[in-house]
Amino acid sequence: MPEMTYRDALNLALKEEMRRDPTVVTWGEDVALYEGSFKVTRGLLAEFGEERVKDTPISENTIIGVAIGAAMGGLRPIAELMTVNFALLAMDQLINHMTKIRYMFGGQVNLPMVVRAPGGGGSQLAAQHSQSLETFFMHAPGMHVLVPATPADARGLLKSAIRDNNPVMFLEHELLYNSKGEVPEDPEFTVPLGKAEVKREGKDVTIVAYSRMTVLALAAADTLAKEGIFCEVVDLRSLAPLDTETFVVSARKTGRAVVVEECWRTAGLGGHLASLIYEGCFDSLRAPVRRVSGLDVPMPYSRKLERLCIPQEEDIVAAVKETLKAQY
Amino acid sequence: MPVNVIESLTVKRLEILDPQGNADEGLLPPLPEEEIMRMYELLVLSRAFDERALSLQREGRIGTYPSILGQEASQVGSALAIARGDRVFPSFRETGVQIALGYPIHLLLQYWGGDERGLRTPDGLNIFPICVSVGTHLPHAVGAALAARIRREQCAVIAYFGDGATSKGDFHEGFNMAGVFGLPVVFICQNNQWAISVPVERQTAAGTLARKAWAYGFEGVQVDGNDVFAVYRATSEALAKARQGGGPTFIECHTYRVADHTTADDASRYRSAAEVAEWRKRDPLLRLRLFMERKGLWTEEDEKNAWQRARTTVDDAVKEAESAPPPEPEELFQYARATLSPRQQRQLKEIAERGVRNAE
Repeated sequence: MPEMTYRDALNLALKEEMRRDPTVVTWGEDVALYEGSFKVTRGLLAEFGEERVKDTPISENTIIGVAIGAAMGGLRPIAELMTVNFALLAMDQLINHMTKIRYMFGGQVNLPMVVRAPGGGGSQLAAQHSQSLETFFMHAPGMHVLVPATPADARGLLKSAIRDNNPVMFLEHELLYNSKGEVPEDPEFTVPLGKAEVKREGKDVTIVAYSRMTVLALAAADTLAKEGIFCEVVDLRSLAPLDTETFVVSARKTGRAVVVEECWRTAGLGGHLASLIYEGCFDSLRAPVRRVSGLDVPMPYSRKLERLCIPQEEDIVAAVKETLKAQY
Repeated sequence: MPVNVIESLTVKRLEILDPQGNADEGLLPPLPEEEIMRMYELLVLSRAFDERALSLQREGRIGTYPSILGQEASQVGSALAIARGDRVFPSFRETGVQIALGYPIHLLLQYWGGDERGLRTPDGLNIFPICVSVGTHLPHAVGAALAARIRREQCAVIAYFGDGATSKGDFHEGFNMAGVFGLPVVFICQNNQWAISVPVERQTAAGTLARKAWAYGFEGVQVDGNDVFAVYRATSEALAKARQGGGPTFIECHTYRVADHTTADDASRYRSAAEVAEWRKRDPLLRLRLFMERKGLWTEEDEKNAWQRARTTVDDAVKEAESAPPPEPEELFQYARATLSPRQQRQLKEIAERGVRNAE
């Protein structure tokens, strides 16, 4: 299998789906001429032209609103938000309209649309441009929330998202764009929505992660394996729908679980995952579920302080060891 | 160096039919007599619906309802200019538009009675759901216009909203994008002077709403919103321009909300009876009736019969709406998503089991 970057894998998915289906269109801020702030839309304007690849005015709420209208009007739009932080300006369209119109319209329209949004911290972009807002979206019923960690999943999930008839929030991690990995060549390669993947098998502790946290979890598992501790890493890939079964089965097998989230700890994703593990296999657990989370502060600008706020590989290693110490 | 005027703004206002029923024959749209009488019957039907809806609300048979009293000409006049393939994005005070376009009246009553199934638009009608949020459907209308253009469909999109919506970001962003992309969309603002208790002077310091279009690079025109001919003519021209690729138009229908904001409001607390009385003299139905009488198209007998027909139609619709069975619990999930998540499927099963328990 050829290696490619996460960015190129996303770019390939966009091109393949736009070639496959003339109703697939994309717009956002600086996506056409400038080819996207993270260059994910490189080459699209040249290949597909101005009608299908559009630079918009700086109007996040309306970038989403127009996609909703266009999806109702028979297109499959992909709206790019320059970063997920700007989704906050579009929350009315995202939560009040995108997730509800099908329901309020008695199922008469589908909204086959994708909102692509890069996010996450670690680039010294400070408090307002480093957020991990995934729980904001998964809380509202009505949209898929996808969080790929690898180039293969990025490509396969984006293709599935574009073909799906539900609205999709597609969250890309800014620090993963340059990461490389093997990607299947088959142009029909897709990854099913709502299916987690065991990225590494192990018998001692289950680590549940997503997006860039999966990459850190795999690195932590490598480190721990050298000490004779074998972790099973479950990559969620999709937060909504959430594949509860895969990580509950894993936690039942290992009897111990660490959940890793980049977002803030309070009311964070990890609390939800932990509750599902308790509901699903309480009797099999041999230790309390441990959470590795972002700190409950605005992201600092300082590199040194920023590092403290984002879960690191060593935090996961430490949490796994804590879990092994505890005994129910 | 002299200071030069590099741009200047003119705003036109269109009036054809005055409150006494006198028409400017040169501006009168070329409508056959039967079409003028149909126009009047739709005005009557809209008002008959409105009167009935208000009384149904007072009897507790429907929920909160926003009256269209006084705005019938803005609604029926613009709706009759809409062609079959055009797409319509209403706000929540467009009952007259829906009725004029043939939306089943019993479904409207079903909706206002608290049943969302009333929003399921029958096939062949391109009316999007009622938007209760203020102005948030303007971006949707712009998106639908963009889709129509990309799909090479010869149609226009028409979006309705009120004066209050012009203060929203959605209005600015939607207008701006429609202008930038030159999209086939007609924006109709029914400036009824009041957004609940806030007068239009508190929404904007601009002298007219129509002038706002100018800043987005397209035409804005004010029409006498109580003059059904003026509204019809302006809307027909704007829609034709949009369908031919001429871009967006903004029409400000200058009208008045004669009734309360909704049945949950008491407008006498914040505006004078004299103001309301003044606007009642400009009644949109009366002036068209006077026009038709003068033309020999309409008699006292016709008037009586038209109201009789309208009330019978509404009565029948009330019966039909009230005989609709309540929705089943399964419908909670049926429309929520194109495909349900595992968790939703589980909750659906739980609901079904709970339903059985409750029945026991």
